[in-house]
Order: sequence, then structure tokens, then C-alpha cells
Amino acid sequence: MHLQDGGTRRLSSERLTLFLYEMLRIRATEERIGQLVESREIKTPCHLSIGQEAIPVGVCAALRQDDTVWGGHRSHGHYLAKGGDLNAMMAEVFGKATGCAGGRGGSMHLAAPAQGIFGTVPLVAATIPMAVGAALSAKLRGTDEVAVAFFGDGATDEGHFHESLNLAALYRLPVLFVCENNLYSTHMMLNERRVKDNIVESAALHGFPGLVVDGNDAVAVYQATYQAMERARTGEGPTLLECRTYRWRGHVGPALDLEVGQNRQQDLAEWMQKDPIMRLRERLREEGLSDADFSEIERRIADEVDAAVNFARRSPYPDESDLLHHVYVSRRGA
Amino acid sequence: MRELTYAQAIREAHAQLLAEDPRVFLIGQGVWNPWYAGTSLQDLDKEFGRARVMDSPVSENATTGAAIGAAITGMRPIVFHPRMDFMLLAVDPIINQAANWSYLFAGQVSVPVVIRAVINRGGEQGAQHSQALQALFAHVPGLKVVMPATPSDAKGLLIAAVNDGNPVLYLDDRWLYERRGYVPEPLYQVPLGKAALRRSGKDVTVVATSCMAAESLDAARVLEARGVDAEVIDLRTIKPWDRDTVFSSVGKTGRLVIADAAWLSGGIAAEIAATVVGELFHALQAPIIRVCLPDAPAPSSSFLEQAYYIGADDIVVAVEKVLR
Repeated sequence: MHLQDGGTRRLSSERLTLFLYEMLRIRATEERIGQLVESREIKTPCHLSIGQEAIPVGVCAALRQDDTVWGGHRSHGHYLAKGGDLNAMMAEVFGKATGCAGGRGGSMHLAAPAQGIFGTVPLVAATIPMAVGAALSAKLRGTDEVAVAFFGDGATDEGHFHESLNLAALYRLPVLFVCENNLYSTHMMLNERRVKDNIVESAALHGFPGLVVDGNDAVAVYQATYQAMERARTGEGPTLLECRTYRWRGHVGPALDLEVGQNRQQDLAEWMQKDPIMRLRERLREEGLSDADFSEIERRIADEVDAAVNFARRSPYPDESDLLHHVYVSRRGA
Repeated sequence: MRELTYAQAIREAHAQLLAEDPRVFLIGQGVWNPWYAGTSLQDLDKEFGRARVMDSPVSENATTGAAIGAAITGMRPIVFHPRMDFMLLAVDPIINQAANWSYLFAGQVSVPVVIRAVINRGGEQGAQHSQALQALFAHVPGLKVVMPATPSDAKGLLIAAVNDGNPVLYLDDRWLYERRGYVPEPLYQVPLGKAALRRSGKDVTVVATSCMAAESLDAARVLEARGVDAEVIDLRTIKPWDRDTVFSSVGKTGRLVIADAAWLSGGIAAEIAATVVGELFHALQAPIIRVCLPDAPAPSSSFLEQAYYIGADDIVVAVEKVLR
């Protein structure tokens, strides 16, 4: 039931329904995580991407399984959209041994190597050069895999971002830089951190395309990614997508953070009107998706999320003897 | 017996690794240029092509991060930092990322990367071109740190580092580049975490790192003429360090001098001294002495440099003190 297909331009109603399903699943999972944080059943920091679901879903729909994604602390959506297992992610958020990182990572450290998810970390921008390295690796190995770096607008304030764009351009590497511009870096709005709203111009400075995309439109994100992947796979090098969106919840946890920024109360209300899920639902309604169909999808997802929470609750914590394991890997063959 | 210089041995290790394993590639500043790396990388780009031997922009962070990403996805990169000082611009990828990756993801993902940095002392190059920062990195779980002192170890440790499967810092010392020694021709590995007993002796143990291993042997010759029989251990790997070899030697001699050409406070020498005191206190017949750099940045003036750097003379003084 996964929507990665290596990218075809045509989007049937069936595929769009899968987009909707994926977005709803990310949202339902994160809403449940938010409740579990509020009830203090989950204590690890959880950063929710509610309102931003169109970006991971639109991007990952244009990827193949062997393409790699690299993310940050707000990566539940990237993990799920790229094919990560929901049960394993929920167990990880609970710190359980069955988690996708064995309970060592928590919400901010997700991995599923078989799905091309080699790790997400909270130091913003840290995985941008690593995605460039994965692209370099793909090129040196002679494959047409593409590496995707997901990062927020805050990460573009870091040197990692600028060095990485230059390196990717210089070596014409198959990498897609996806800036999820949700207008906030923790508590600071974009205009408090930059004198110009010009992130996308960084690409042109390095001689490769940068596009501003409506990050609340999964189809637009998909189509932009599809074009970027064609460029990358044919050796034309990197692309930067600046996907404009808005973070509904606070920096960390389920709160709304209404006390930060300049006009957040009103901005949030306006952005909620641009809900990416409702937009796609409206489009699909015109193509014949009934309310009953929609409810059925929601019911199925609620069952999946319930099952994941039950799985996590039932799972054991890691054994104390596990504490010192995996600091180093044991020697591999030469 | 075939002799090579330390720098030639490093070059041979690179060449054999590049020839042997298509996953190996080299990236960093100055790899096409003899100004930075001496003969240690000479003409590798001509031999193996500039796609695999990549000179980079001044982007320590991105090149190191990229090497880590490449390592995670199946390659065996060697990153080159021509001065160890410059590597500090890549501390996020090295410490926050590479060191933690295996643990964070429960061993599902590993980072088989070698990060090579050159310690460059003296020559009036001053505080930002001279630092020996091994202790900073040896402090971090998940990293391994090697410091070859001889040409044969320079080759064998690099090959072992590339094959180790973990992030390994390979710190070579420009003061050693022209030293000559026997270097076997095949591709061979010097095991990480194993010290080398360079000279057997019964009166005192001298544990040394990198260039201080050579200085310790010079000191041992001076001491021999004075009737002192010093045992010299070249640590070779700083993290993890070889407790067995050090313990067995100190158990025999009862006296320990540690020579590490890095700052005194919080360094490798402190770690070894604390471990020996904690676990082998009963065997010690005298306080341990550390021969290290004073806790000051490196000065540029050659007059001050002479006062700053340590060598065989300082080790002789320390040994005579522990024997009193």
C-alpha cells in the first residue's frame, strides 16, 4: 500500500487517494503522539509536523525505495511517507526495544535503512551535507539513486546549508534540497532572522534551479519533486525546493505557542484554512470521493494508530545490558 | 629491506587502498597540492583520477559531513584536513554525527569513515596551525583515534582504519614525515587498540604517543649510557588505548613516565595516569610524571617555541626524577 513509484507524471484518483491516506495517517499519528505527550506517557521531546503533511507525502511519492531521505527532529512525516513502519516508530517514541532505533533514539532519531531512511537528527542542518554525501556515494557507485535532504527554514541559517549547496553544485550531485519553510525557527519568525525572505535564491547563486512551491499542495510538491528527480537521475545535478507552509503546533510538543512570533494567533487561523488535507479532500470530492469513503479511510487509520500505540505499550523496554552495545560496530570484512 | 619515509608510507597506503577497494575515495583540502600534504598524497589524483581523489573547497563541515553520508551509504571515504586546527570546523559532523550514529540507530547504520588530520608543529606557525587535539576527540565514545609514530604503522594503521567499520581519526604528525623505516610492501593492517613495545627495559616505563615515541627512544639511549634501562611503549591508538600492554609494563618496572606532545590538562597522559593509579596503585614505586606541552597556545616566535615544545631531553629529566 505504498505510494512510492519512481515517479509518473499522471496522478490518477487512486494515487491521489493514497496521498490523502498518507497525509491523514501522518496527522492522526502525530495527534495521538501529542495526546500521549500531554498525558505524560511519552516524555521524549516530540516535534509535530501537523499542517505540513503535503511536503513529505508529495516528495516521497516521487521517490524510489532506493532513494535516501535525510531529516531533522520534525521527521515523523518523512519516515512514514518514505515507507517506515508505523509500529516501529511509535515504539521508538515510547523508548521501547521494538522501536526503529531500539529505543535509543526517541522521536528525533528515526531510521529504516531498508526504506532508505538512514537517520534523522535534531541538530538542524546536520544531515544536509550527509545527503550530499549520499548523492556523492550514489554517483561514485554508478547508480541513479537520489538523496533528499529535508530541513526547515531555520537550517538555512547554518553554514552547513551553504557549504552543502556549493559542494553539490560543484560536483553536480543527484541531491534534492527540500526546505520546509514553516516560517519558524523554534520561536523566531523568518523576518526576525533574515533581512530578506530569499532562501530560494541560494540555489541560483550556486547555478542550479530553486523553486518556490506551495507546500500545502501535495500535488504541486509532487510535480516539482518529479522534475527535480528527472534532473538528478540524468546527471544534471541538484535542485532546491522551498516549500512554503506553516507549523500549526509549537516548536516542541502539542502546544500552539501562541505567545511567540508577531501575529501568530491570526496567522495560524489563516493557515488552517489552507489545510493541505482538506484541500486534497475537496479535489477528490470532485473526482468522486464520498464522505463515506473519507470516513472509511479515517476509520482504517485510527485502527492502525491504535494498533501502533498498543504495540508500543506492550513492547518491553531495552534491557539494561543493552546500554553499552553499538557504541562501535564490530569489525566488518575488508 | 625496503625503507620508506613516513610520508611515503602514508601515500602507499592510500594508493593500495584506492587500487584494492572501489569504495575508497579521498576528499579534502589540498589533496592535489604538495603544499599541504607533503609527499603523503603526491600524484594520487593522477594515478586514480580526480573523481576519486577530490580536492575540495574550503568547506570542512560539508566535506566531512558528505564523507559521513557516503560512508553510511556504502563507501569507504578518507577525509583529509591538512592542519588539525581546520578540522575544528567539522566538529559537528565528527562528534555530533559520526560518533553517535551507530549507537543512536542501534547498530543498524554505521559510519566507516576515516578522518585524517595533520598535526603541524613549530616553524613559527603559531596557535592556529599547530594544535594537537587528540584528547578532545578521544573523549568521545564512538570515535577511535590513531596516532602512528613509524612509517610501517603509518601505513598499517591507515589500512586498518579504513577497514574498521567505525569512524576513525587518523592523526599524523608532520615532524615525522621524513623519518625512514622498514615498510612491508603488501596491503597489511596494524590492529587498532594495540600498543607497540619499542624497547624492553626493567627500570621505568615510558608510554608515548606519536612523535614522542621517537623522542622516547632517543631518551632511552641517553639513559642507557647513564645506566638506566627504560621500557618504551608507543601507544599507537589513543582511543581505545591498550591497557594490557601498559599495565604489564608498569607491573614490571613500577615506574611510569607518559609523554604526549599535547597540553597537560585533561589530556591522554592524565587518562593513562588516572587509570594506572586507580587499578595498579600497589605496583607503583614512585609518582607518575607526565611530559606534556604547557597549558598555553603555541607561540610563533622561535625563541618561545623552543621553550614550548618538548622532546627527548624532557623525557630524560622526567625519568631521572621518577627514579630518585
